[in-house]
Amino acid sequence: MLSVIQRTVLLFACVMYPVVAGADASPEKPNTALHAIAQELIDAGFREKQALTERLTTIEDPNTLKFMQVMVDGDLYYRKDDRVIVINGDDAITSFFTGKEVVLKSKRDIKKISVNNKLRIVLRGGIARLQVFSDDPEQRMQAAVNLLKSADDLDPETLEQALNTEKNTDVNEVLLLVKGIRLLDADNEAQRLEGISLLSGSLYPDVRGALANFQRSAEADGRTTELQAVNEAIEKIESLLTLNSVAENLYFGLALGAVLLLAAIGLAITFGVMGVINMAHGEMIMLGAYTTYVVQQLMPDHIGMSLVVAIPAAFLVSGLVGIAIERGVIRHLYGRPLETLLATFGISLVLQQAVRSVFSPLNREVATPDWMAGTFMINPALELTFNRLYIIIFSLLVLALLALVLKRTLFGLQMRAVTMNRPMASSMGIRTGWVDALTFGLGSGIAGIAGVALSQLTNVGPNMGQAYIIDSFMVVVFGGVGNLWGTLVGAMSLGVVNKLLEPWAGAVVAKILVLIFIILFIQKRPRGLFALKGRAADMG
Amino acid sequence: MKKVSLKTLIKASQIIGMTAMAAGVSIANAADDTIKVGVLHSLSGTMAISETTLKDTVLMMIEEQNKKGGLLGKKLEPVVVDPASNWPLFAEKTRELLEKEDVDVIFGCWTSVSRKSVLPVVEELNGLLFYPVQYEGEESSYNVFYTGAAPNQQAIPAVDYLINDLGVERFVLAGTDYVYPRTTNKILESYLKSKGVAEKDIMVNYTPFGHSDWQTIVSDVKKFGSAGKKTAVVSTINGDANVPFYKELANQGVASEDIPVVAFSVGEEELSGFDTAPLVGHLAAWNYFQSAESEANDEFIEAWQNYIGDEDRVTNDPMEATYIGFSMWAEAVEKAGSADVDKVRSAMYGIEVPNLTGGTAVMNENHHLSKPVLIGEIQEDGQFEIVWATDAEVKGDAWTDYLPESANLISDWTAPVNCGNYNTVTKTCGGSTVAGE
Repeated sequence: MLSVIQRTVLLFACVMYPVVAGADASPEKPNTALHAIAQELIDAGFREKQALTERLTTIEDPNTLKFMQVMVDGDLYYRKDDRVIVINGDDAITSFFTGKEVVLKSKRDIKKISVNNKLRIVLRGGIARLQVFSDDPEQRMQAAVNLLKSADDLDPETLEQALNTEKNTDVNEVLLLVKGIRLLDADNEAQRLEGISLLSGSLYPDVRGALANFQRSAEADGRTTELQAVNEAIEKIESLLTLNSVAENLYFGLALGAVLLLAAIGLAITFGVMGVINMAHGEMIMLGAYTTYVVQQLMPDHIGMSLVVAIPAAFLVSGLVGIAIERGVIRHLYGRPLETLLATFGISLVLQQAVRSVFSPLNREVATPDWMAGTFMINPALELTFNRLYIIIFSLLVLALLALVLKRTLFGLQMRAVTMNRPMASSMGIRTGWVDALTFGLGSGIAGIAGVALSQLTNVGPNMGQAYIIDSFMVVVFGGVGNLWGTLVGAMSLGVVNKLLEPWAGAVVAKILVLIFIILFIQKRPRGLFALKGRAADMG
Repeated sequence: MKKVSLKTLIKASQIIGMTAMAAGVSIANAADDTIKVGVLHSLSGTMAISETTLKDTVLMMIEEQNKKGGLLGKKLEPVVVDPASNWPLFAEKTRELLEKEDVDVIFGCWTSVSRKSVLPVVEELNGLLFYPVQYEGEESSYNVFYTGAAPNQQAIPAVDYLINDLGVERFVLAGTDYVYPRTTNKILESYLKSKGVAEKDIMVNYTPFGHSDWQTIVSDVKKFGSAGKKTAVVSTINGDANVPFYKELANQGVASEDIPVVAFSVGEEELSGFDTAPLVGHLAAWNYFQSAESEANDEFIEAWQNYIGDEDRVTNDPMEATYIGFSMWAEAVEKAGSADVDKVRSAMYGIEVPNLTGGTAVMNENHHLSKPVLIGEIQEDGQFEIVWATDAEVKGDAWTDYLPESANLISDWTAPVNCGNYNTVTKTCGGSTVAGE
């Protein structure tokens, strides 16, 4: 282990690193320990690499931190003919030690210095030990959290130094946990008990893991005082976790509800308002997802922007296909639900096979923009994933927008008029045929928008629509046919019920239970949660 | 407009169920101077995503063989049918291939249920089926050669790697709810217990086909993994459900260093459907990876990409199994001097062909191959880095030793045993024997 002074020198060197790298004085093959190890890494198998990497983390060199970071990211390569270590960055390939750009004849001239999981664990520990002194509080936080995993490899002086210099209370808290984990291994009971009290109530998985291990060893050795203390600490954590998991399941339920809502809103129009059993509804979602894919192919450098562009594009594509289906097939079949069902089922097969022929049967890759990845951390045990959060918001926006169209626009008024009383609307001069077509187009277009959102969650392939058709009908029937508010409440309650059942019943049984519940519910209330009342409902 | 009741909906959906059967296409052209090769892979429906590739692989192999002059001086003639991911249709199409088209060999099937559906037909009509996908074992038919991995060639070595190399002590067995994951997990559970893993350190979880909402399960896995013991997920999740599963893993920040996931059904082709950057380090166990360094592999990849006309098209393990199966069959036909099923079968035993990872594959008397087992880590480019391999080829075991009901069973289709499930203790043969005995 390194002394404090050595550490400080190393730290200073790390801070100074950009200045050093900026200077063009360093030779291509410097005579340093780091360079020597890099050369050894080239030829080593994974077993030897393990030992080499452990040595690497202790090398005092201004470049060590950078070397480990590049290596853990999988960007560390070497040129085959002269064994020069290079960084294979996004934009350019540069020599690691000189920083100069390296021009290659072919991509095959360089070879990766590969890493596996065990090496990554060693490297992350090494990086954390250096970065805990970084200037950036976020990096220090990251380092401290990583130190929880490799607490045993940290020498006590470094930890004390980090604790003394740390001004940020959040980071300090985590560092105290690191200290607590270390104290669990201490030689005397008082220190171990202090460790337990430091860890009590923390929600970090690694802390719980460390306490669980301690519990096992205390039980085995019969150390009763400590066992009692650690049991209390674990109990406290467990009760906090239970609270968190209820909140988490609610969130999961809302997120699932949002997906159901998105998939079902379009159907609430075509099936709910128009009464058309549209089995091709899922394929409208699929078309929306493929539109997202095509838009991304057209603007590969703007992934985030492409999603925004894809929303109206998907609406148009699915909407137009919907209008074509209505004008071509469905309008000849009004009042004949069985034939409509068969015809639209046929259309769904045609659309699936068409996509299979045009785009191949393989799934297409739709990239997720950075701002949709990651989690919003409330505490270490409760993290809300951003993509679900956006989808919840997005589904509510779509619903609000649709309600606005129905309630506040001329088209919405005409649409409602046609639904309520077709002959009367027609005699008032409304072209009911066109209203039908546009209504169907609107429903399909919204399904297309749902496809944009779903492309961020699941695979984009020819079969993706089928996964949602049953759920969509379920939501619309449950919520009450012809009622947007019912669709919202139906989707959200089905989502939440499903997710609350899942932890103790399992995914398969939870789904069955929900279906049984709906069957029973429909027996009691055939018109769903929010049935239309009055004349409109009777007219049908 | 009429409102539609739920009853009509249900009634109508039943009608659809009965009428929804897509018809397959076949190239019928009987000629005596050709050897007919049946290709039985779904080209439409859910399984088209995986099976279309294998159809193309067989067609490519036939084309190459014909360029070399065919077999026994005859050209090979492919007969392609589409069983449309419809299990009963698999049996019908097999009957059509064997009775109407009179093919000499069939390459086909992916899911276990499709194989089970085909089995009685090939046995009744004495056909020859080459099955190229990893499966749950517990089967050995006189009429089927299994060129994919048996559990001891994929699942067991993968778990050994987790225990010995990564020090894993706690296991999540997650799978799709059907026969392959259920049987594999049963075998693994019993194997893990024999290795001293406690009941409470094993979590088993099943999800429906095409499951897309993985939030709860991934969160449960995270909780299960915070008990102070190194935890890993062994995934037999199948097909389309994998993409949302891996996306959720990435979103909830389950890093491969903390909780590695080792998958048995995720290969290069499945990964080509999404961005693998957040998944780097998660594992898969196969007998072949595209990244394997050998001359035969380079040639195969080049031939494949030329054939398909796409430089980015990947190769995968079931393709290698198809490649090995086809090469073995071709060699057996040459050796037997005939494409007759019985003669070819006798010639198959002990036949050796080079596999694509640099060794040789041998066909054993139990109709299973000896192949190497590889563990790969997912890379950013959607390829696998091979991090571990067995020292020697592993012989496929039709009947696992880790389940009490099959521990004493062996399969040997040569004299004197001549039986697919011979009980070594009671010295009796259960079920199907060699035809005519």
